Amino acid sequence: MSPAALEVRDLMLSAGDHHRRWPLVDGVSFSVDAGHSIGIVGESGCGKSLTLRAIMALTPGAIAIDAGTVLLGGEEIPLRGRRIRATRRGRMSMVFQDPQSSLDPVHSAGAQVAEIARRVRGLPRAAAWTRAIELLDLVGIRDAPRRAHDYPHQLSGGMRQRVMIAMAVASEPQVLLCDEPTTALDVTVQAQVLDLLDALRIQLRLALVFVSHDLAVVGSICEQVAVMYAGRFVECGPTLEVLARPRHPYTLGLRQAVVDADDGGRLPRAIAGELPDPSARPPGCPFHPRCDFADDACVQAAVELAVVGDDERRAVACLHSELVPAP
Amino acid sequence: MSTASQTTPANLVVRDLRVAYRSTGGGAILAADGVSLSLRSGEVLGLVGESGCGKTTVARAITGLVTPEQGEIELDGARLARRSRAQRRAIQLVFQDPFASLNPRRTVRSVLAELLKVHALADGAQRERRCVELMELVGLPAGALDRLPAAFSGGQRQRIAIARAIAVQPRLIVADEPMSALDVSVGAAILALFERLRSDLGLGLLLISHNLAVVAAICDHVAVMYLGRVVETGPRGDVFADPRHPYTRALLDAAPRLRRDRAEGPRLREETPPPGTRPSGCAFHDRCPRAEEICRRDAPVLAAVQGQPGRLAACHFSHEQHRGGRPR
Repeated sequence: MSPAALEVRDLMLSAGDHHRRWPLVDGVSFSVDAGHSIGIVGESGCGKSLTLRAIMALTPGAIAIDAGTVLLGGEEIPLRGRRIRATRRGRMSMVFQDPQSSLDPVHSAGAQVAEIARRVRGLPRAAAWTRAIELLDLVGIRDAPRRAHDYPHQLSGGMRQRVMIAMAVASEPQVLLCDEPTTALDVTVQAQVLDLLDALRIQLRLALVFVSHDLAVVGSICEQVAVMYAGRFVECGPTLEVLARPRHPYTLGLRQAVVDADDGGRLPRAIAGELPDPSARPPGCPFHPRCDFADDACVQAAVELAVVGDDERRAVACLHSELVPAP
Repeated sequence: MSTASQTTPANLVVRDLRVAYRSTGGGAILAADGVSLSLRSGEVLGLVGESGCGKTTVARAITGLVTPEQGEIELDGARLARRSRAQRRAIQLVFQDPFASLNPRRTVRSVLAELLKVHALADGAQRERRCVELMELVGLPAGALDRLPAAFSGGQRQRIAIARAIAVQPRLIVADEPMSALDVSVGAAILALFERLRSDLGLGLLLISHNLAVVAAICDHVAVMYLGRVVETGPRGDVFADPRHPYTRALLDAAPRLRRDRAEGPRLREETPPPGTRPSGCAFHDRCPRAEEICRRDAPVLAAVQGQPGRLAACHFSHEQHRGGRPR
């Protein structure tokens, strides 16, 4: 069996000062094969974006990478140091949440895509421009030869995100990391962009890692899902199974918080309380102060992710997973 | 503190509202074109549409932040033209981004106390009590009063923004995408808070969103806007179960859902046309799966839907059901 397109093993990130450090990402592991997708879902501050940034070697200086291995196609790539760019270039790309601030306002959309084709793929100028137009067409920009000359301010939010995706695939990567790429968009445009990412995944055999706070969005694009809370995965498995039968109370909470279009008129249920501050995580299971099922055992010791049932991909970190009701 | 003013009906009536913005080229962009809405107190009206459809412009006109070119806005039968202080107080706005709408240098207490002072609603110990009461109403501890916005999460900030809006005892709150900048789980709590304020204080609420599913969760009535005009309106349940405008159907289909692999409905092609351009006939015809020759030629008017009391739709085929691709 060929190695996974992307594998992350036991990633640990921390912040702090001279006196005290606290973990932000605490032992995250996952893998995704070429042409497949995984979603990481959780509330703001759970460490999901930071995980992506660490893989992409974009962590801010104040955050330390304490441990972890990232393998691209089976080959280990460094998480810090001078070779971080060379080892990622042309092999992995990232799409960010806000296309407005990720695009350069003084260059046309086509020029920004062409620059990547030129620098990373080594195409001559004219060929790079032609390639840029091909890519803009690929991401669904109608009349690409003309729109390529437009500047970001002339494009709508959805079009800008399409340009960002064109830039991301211009380097012909094997892995595409997406950090809430549709959160700033209208639902209608969101649906289009999700369709586009799904089509590109299949067409270009991309390994797709998709981060979002919205379980329904992740559910509509990812085959596998990992639910993250306070720096750890608390549940993972095939998306449809996790959505149909959550095993962790937090997953159930996220699911009930979604306004489901099929369930018009049901008021969504919020999860009580807030995500704990990373510097003051509660002992034991970090979710216990917000959990309906917590007892003394949950306060005493942290719970590790363990396989449930026959499917080895289906795992949960909860002492009382059998108590979690069907949604 | 008398709460009588909060329980009398706040009949908001918007009639034929027209708002134009001057564009840099010298032309004008019609952001709202003949919009009519009505809302009773204690009711929630959802105003839905994509970016650029004019929903925020309508909110700004209702709250008096932009002056309409034409049309009337009435509250309790009184026309709002040059608004008195009391009239300005009666309609409050909650913005989308709680990170931008609160002054970072002012404590929650100073913001609330100033409002109570300026509007002469409470003084001395009474003012203090009212501040604590407002915190309770929005689900924050009284200890939060002496902190700056930076100490709060997005959801807590939105609660503070809501406390600020209800501090002056308005008849109506206009909330412009109040959950869009928040996590799903936090947004759900804000929806629940609005639902409680509506029933406890008898407030009217105009809830603006691009997501029809969100609006459907708490609204009594829904109005869908496209390119500056209302294209469908009616009771929530009816519009949701059986939309009579293909655009409403498409908005419903676009919302992500949990119980299937992906939404099956046909996707809306393209995006809304750029501001200042308006397709001939029905403005939606170039994106509409149902469009025929008549749609390219004649603009449909907002008219009663046959056999459906209380419902209006601006579609040549509003007598048909628009099922999209998804069986229901």
